[in-house]
Amino acid sequence: MKIIEGHYEIEVPEGVPVWDVDPYDVDILQDPDEYYAELRSKGPFVYIPKYSILACGRYEETKEVFSDWERFISSRGVGLQDFELEEPWRPKSIILEVDPPEHSVTRRVLARALSPKATAALKELFQETADRLIDELLEKESFEAVVELAEEFPTTVFPKAVGLKEKNSRALVDYGAMVFNALGPDNELRRNAMAMGPTTVPWIVEQCNRKNLKPEGFGATIFAAADAGEINEEQAEKLVRSLLSAGVDTTVTGIGSALWCLAKFPDQFKRLKDDPTLLRPAFEEVLRFTSPVHSFCRTASGDTMVSGTRIAEGSKILCVLGAANSDERQWKEAEKFDIGRRPTGHLAMGTGIHGCVGQNLARAEVAAVLTSIIAKVEEIDFAGEAVWRPNNAIHALDKLPLVFKRA
Amino acid sequence: MVKITFIEANGNEITIDAEEGNSLMQAAVANGIKGIVAECGGSMMCATCHVYVDGADFGKLPEREEAEDEMLDSTACQRKETSRLSCQIKISTGLEGIRVHLPTSQY
Repeated sequence: MKIIEGHYEIEVPEGVPVWDVDPYDVDILQDPDEYYAELRSKGPFVYIPKYSILACGRYEETKEVFSDWERFISSRGVGLQDFELEEPWRPKSIILEVDPPEHSVTRRVLARALSPKATAALKELFQETADRLIDELLEKESFEAVVELAEEFPTTVFPKAVGLKEKNSRALVDYGAMVFNALGPDNELRRNAMAMGPTTVPWIVEQCNRKNLKPEGFGATIFAAADAGEINEEQAEKLVRSLLSAGVDTTVTGIGSALWCLAKFPDQFKRLKDDPTLLRPAFEEVLRFTSPVHSFCRTASGDTMVSGTRIAEGSKILCVLGAANSDERQWKEAEKFDIGRRPTGHLAMGTGIHGCVGQNLARAEVAAVLTSIIAKVEEIDFAGEAVWRPNNAIHALDKLPLVFKRA
Repeated sequence: MVKITFIEANGNEITIDAEEGNSLMQAAVANGIKGIVAECGGSMMCATCHVYVDGADFGKLPEREEAEDEMLDSTACQRKETSRLSCQIKISTGLEGIRVHLPTSQY
């Protein structure tokens, strides 16, 4: 059988439309809404010949494929590569790229390290940092919000939360870009990201060692599990690596996208200022509306059926979370940004056993930034054009020039 | 359908018909029960679908898994003996008529 992008070529399942599209085309990655709509309109699944994969974008099927860990596994990689056929670019993740029962052990350790209780303990640190940052930005005529706020905030608080002894914001941001671009095909984005390896990976690997972690923080909780015999030393190091992989780029994106939404929809910002209890649901709506992780893959563990479509063992299925989060079948007036919506069940953080294990941290970080903005900022305006940065798995802003008007 | 009664923190009672096989959290969200937030959508990650099952009904539920037990330490309102995460309670006919108390807040 022929291998395409690291997985076996599959036949077009009966009744599934063939769509000659490249989901990793730079124009689509920057402005995906039309692609999302067309994907949904074609049916529950499409076959994409360029990569010989299936893709789904309707809410129901996307949720089913994305969350049914028995039929649609993660251990063969959540990108286009099938780890049964090819070695991944780094030793595979023992949380993202494994299935139960191994997954249950590591998941529990990370869930403990990143529990709502653990993140609530950081509330003061987050709020002080956010207040100071927003005060600084209010002094400026305008600012570049991706660098000066969306990146600055997480790269300030995250190393402290983990207990890193060294600060290297660039390495954290670049490593995230590598991890997520690696999920796509062998395109320019992936190659450029991989080229950052020599300057990024050694530092990351070094920080995962117990000796480079402070006695307090998420890292320490993970190594405590090693001391208790729940996991071994190597597993602990790999779980710290997972924190560093997925803990920065994603929150950078969440904060950037939240700012973009509030600048773009001033009526919703006003509504939030008038009723700050909408803060948490407002962020859920930002997640639904912008889908920071736009797509991840699963691999069929055996021959199976979804909504009448036959799926063969080994098929790679691109779960287009951004499309599912804007599906009218699930979300009334899906194209509308409505902070009062309470969109429980959106797929931005995934759902089920592989649901984002750092989501409490993400929410706590964003809540601190938004709390500060609600209190101190009267108006958020664009100071130039917002530009989205293409990435094979993340839909994030590249540039966001903003002006804050003092309250 | 299985009848479930939610008792809000202010004493107000709401009875819903819940579909078998769904989780109690899903049934609550589908019926607009405001006291259930369920930010993580059922991944047992956020502890914002916390409920106190009525003492008379608590024994009708299967025991908690260890992971749920651990997550219950993170609830916004004090954990009690009858605390559960509603995303981990599967609706079955055996739960007909159970009463579930909602905490004053979920975060």
